[in-house]
Amino acid sequence: MYETTYHRPSTLAEAASLFSGASEARFLAGGQTLLPTMKQRLAAPTDLIDLSRLAELKGIEVTADAVTIGAGTTHATVATSAEVARAIPALAKLAGLVGDPAVRHLGTLGGSLANNDPAADYPAAVLGLGATVHTTKRSIAAEEYFQGLFTTALEEGEIITRVSFPIPARADYQKFRHPASRYALTAVFAAQMKDGSIRVAVTGAGSDGVFRAEAIEAALAANPTPSALDGVSIDPAGMLADIHGSAAYRANLVTVMAKRAVGGWAG
Amino acid sequence: MGVEGIGARVLRKEDKRFITGRGRYTDDMAPSKTAQAVFVRSPHAHARIVAIDTSRAKAAPGVIDVLTGADLAADKIGGLICGWMIHSKDGTPMKAGAHPAIARDVARHVGDQVAIVVAETKNQARDAAELVDVTYEELPAVVDLARATDPDAPQIHPEAPRNIIYEWSLGDAAATDAALARAAHLVTLDIANNRLVPNAIEPRSAIGSYDPAEEHFTLYNTSQNPHVARLVLSAFVGIAPEHKLRVVAPDVGGGFGSKIFIYPEETACLWASKRIGGRPVKWTADRSESFMVDAHGRDHLTHAQMAFDADHRIIGFKVATRANIGAYMSTFSSCVPTYLYATLLSGQYDIPAIYCEVDAIYTNTAPVDAYRGAGRPEATYLVERMMETAARELGVDPAELRRKNFIRTFPHQTPVIMAYDAGDYDATLDAALAAADYAGFGARKAEAARRGKLRGIGLSCYIEACGIAPSAAVGSLGAGVGLWESAEVRVNPVGTVEVLTGSHAHGQGHETTFAQLVNDRLGIGIDKIAIVHGDTDKVQFGMGTYGSRSGAVGMSAIVKALDKVEAKAKKIAAHLLEADESDIVIEDGKLKVAGTDREKSFLEVALAAYTGHSLPAGMEPGLKEGAFYDPTNFTFPAGTYVCEVEIDPGTGKTEIVQFVAADDFGKIINPMIVEGQVHGGIAQGIGQALLEEAVYDRESGQLMTGSYMDYAMPRADDLPSFRLMTTETICPGNPLGMKGCGEAGAIGSPPAVINAITDALGIRDIAMPATPARVWEAYRAAAPAMAAE
Repeated sequence: MYETTYHRPSTLAEAASLFSGASEARFLAGGQTLLPTMKQRLAAPTDLIDLSRLAELKGIEVTADAVTIGAGTTHATVATSAEVARAIPALAKLAGLVGDPAVRHLGTLGGSLANNDPAADYPAAVLGLGATVHTTKRSIAAEEYFQGLFTTALEEGEIITRVSFPIPARADYQKFRHPASRYALTAVFAAQMKDGSIRVAVTGAGSDGVFRAEAIEAALAANPTPSALDGVSIDPAGMLADIHGSAAYRANLVTVMAKRAVGGWAG
Repeated sequence: MGVEGIGARVLRKEDKRFITGRGRYTDDMAPSKTAQAVFVRSPHAHARIVAIDTSRAKAAPGVIDVLTGADLAADKIGGLICGWMIHSKDGTPMKAGAHPAIARDVARHVGDQVAIVVAETKNQARDAAELVDVTYEELPAVVDLARATDPDAPQIHPEAPRNIIYEWSLGDAAATDAALARAAHLVTLDIANNRLVPNAIEPRSAIGSYDPAEEHFTLYNTSQNPHVARLVLSAFVGIAPEHKLRVVAPDVGGGFGSKIFIYPEETACLWASKRIGGRPVKWTADRSESFMVDAHGRDHLTHAQMAFDADHRIIGFKVATRANIGAYMSTFSSCVPTYLYATLLSGQYDIPAIYCEVDAIYTNTAPVDAYRGAGRPEATYLVERMMETAARELGVDPAELRRKNFIRTFPHQTPVIMAYDAGDYDATLDAALAAADYAGFGARKAEAARRGKLRGIGLSCYIEACGIAPSAAVGSLGAGVGLWESAEVRVNPVGTVEVLTGSHAHGQGHETTFAQLVNDRLGIGIDKIAIVHGDTDKVQFGMGTYGSRSGAVGMSAIVKALDKVEAKAKKIAAHLLEADESDIVIEDGKLKVAGTDREKSFLEVALAAYTGHSLPAGMEPGLKEGAFYDPTNFTFPAGTYVCEVEIDPGTGKTEIVQFVAADDFGKIINPMIVEGQVHGGIAQGIGQALLEEAVYDRESGQLMTGSYMDYAMPRADDLPSFRLMTTETICPGNPLGMKGCGEAGAIGSPPAVINAITDALGIRDIAMPATPARVWEAYRAAAPAMAAE
């Protein structure tokens, strides 16, 4: 790790001011990606601004229509939240599948979304539920937020404050773990919203990051059961391919995981 | 058995310090004024080093010195050696290229060290390492065994044309060809054994320090065999004569073979300490370095043919193997694919004719050397994949085909050097099949099919050779060292005991099992027995720990020393008790006159030995005896493993739903520790079969699996609960009847897993590791209509 200056602001305003005053600052929101990258000397921020203790970024609020989670909430908190489990059990399940216990107790919702790793879990729920990402500057719809591998709509210095997840009629998250990293080799968040609409978001597989599987959504709109996906295939052309799986394999996993996610709606 | 003696499930004495974080590892050592070293490593798989400019690095904050291969050569520091000479079929000696501790003209693999930076802190050394300006001229690289001997392949060492180190053979080619020609059935298989990264939990580390006043060096390092390290560093590398070099291997966090070898970094740290005036120089690998430069394991390509007669008896076995040695010949790299591999190709079977050719080949990859099992997993994988494939092609039960070909009379001379001394292969097969409910598999498969799962079962009847090895025998085969072991038993005046052993513990539990042996013999509580190892200043010359030798060889040396201690103690007791020496027996820690109530405690005898007030006439005071033990043969642990899997056809994920291991390890000292060894071995074997593979990019030569993000280590939830059992045939070759258990799990399990997967899929072969992606592709190819869920 290169030398860096660590800051622990106590308000968002202070964090913003520290950021603008530094030559090359990064926000630290759990550090489960940033710190290993810095240790390998692949990232060298002059200043590290730790958001993990900001009260403004904490908390889970559940209303009739939405679950709103502070960006600084750890995965472990979401995974074990009774309120989240009641309102959107698939979201609690997803949080419980992130990394391992150590990662879940440090990593945060905001950190995951700001990083937008193409194999991270949370982007699937955000896109799969049509969530809204609230920041220090504005509110961003899921569709606009994700803009490709490790790329988001966030501007320089903009901090995610909370995320509002609409409560669906039913949803499930099915994750096929990468054998080494335990990220998603392919994972699918499938939801039927209260208006009956279908949203299916895929992480881990797409060469542009998280995406909605339109062919699957269309099939499920006509018939929201697993058997509707028999014969639905995903074009491998847009899929990632690496030593852990071909594009064809990931395309297959999209359908298989989607089918299992819809199968999970039953409960 | 006593509560702490041979056969008792004694908790490990060493675990209190390990579990509470009180272990003392090399990196924990902080001698005064220690400087920190970082290596500059080649980013290229193959490159000419045109120039190295160290001036900016030398001027960086905290930097003490920056040294290169040219400096090393100027100081006439010798290169690293391969300690086992192999001759090719044509009688020519192996063609080993030079292996300098710091590359001078050419870097031959990604991570090859080209300079060492020594600074006040590690971070300063890292900063300065980035300022070392190396001008490389990139050369074409070859990482791939199949292509490395092509006429147009890049030439890695001038000494080895077409990158061929040796073309070795073992066995009778004519008799084997004749058997193949008259075979009623011939099984042919092309098979790969995947490349593995050893992944000890403790990375390698070294602290070299030089005392200018005494002209004496000390090396702390992560070694499985500190005396061998001292010997090589003295006799070949030329650091210092042995009496001027102390090597200490303190607590070592796992080795699996990878810490047997004498690596470049240790040489560099010792030499650098002298260059900077004697301050200790410490280097500890980070995990990325461990992936890049620890010696890897396995990496074979094999073409094999097994001939059967009409009665399904094996009549011949012909094998041609290409073994990847990597960019340099590591310390024992030459013997692994030869004498530790081809000698086990008879398996548990009576095979009249075997012929094996092995070509050892340089590539632009990390060196490859012994890794848990070392040659024997490769042999077992081949033999047991052949047997399973043969059974399927012959249409017979795989268990019965094996049983038909088992060796049943001992000793048994195989056609490939080994003479098996004892075994009962039916016993382990029967035990495993019964435990696995082999007969009920069909019903389980049908039930799994109703759940949409593909269920398969696979066997592996492994044999291995441990207790390496009779010194004269290995000497005649090219070994540069003898493979005996030493021990010294020191009885203290208060009756406690120290055992100095040439074995080295890095997870095996020697501090417990060796103490159990002493307890068994002398009746002293194991809390009064200390096992001392790992320091060439404390312990007599010894050969270290690898090849499951510490029980069969290391403990045999302790037995011999104990024999001498007992003999002297009996003489003293007889004198004190005014009895005849032949009437003295040792029971419960007391020396008694047999059949009487006259006795002396062990403490009284020990004290008498040291006071010297009343000893038999002419007897020397003291009670301390040493012994060297040279084994008479290898030992031959064997067993049967049964693996049952269920495959999810939608994802290709394999779940191991049952794993049974029936092992014959001969006499067992501590069943709990043996079970731990088998658990770890099976976990590594399943890792090889399902998860682990070191992958290099074929064009760039970059290591694609350079971290745990891409290299999949087995985790608890990848593994089932293993069901273990042992049978026992006593090894006649050593005094305790032990065979060894450290590697069996890693040797026996990969073929059982792959046999189960190929059974489930109904295919001939699948490459290890059988990842979900590979299994799904294989399933799709085998059953295209069924692949979509």
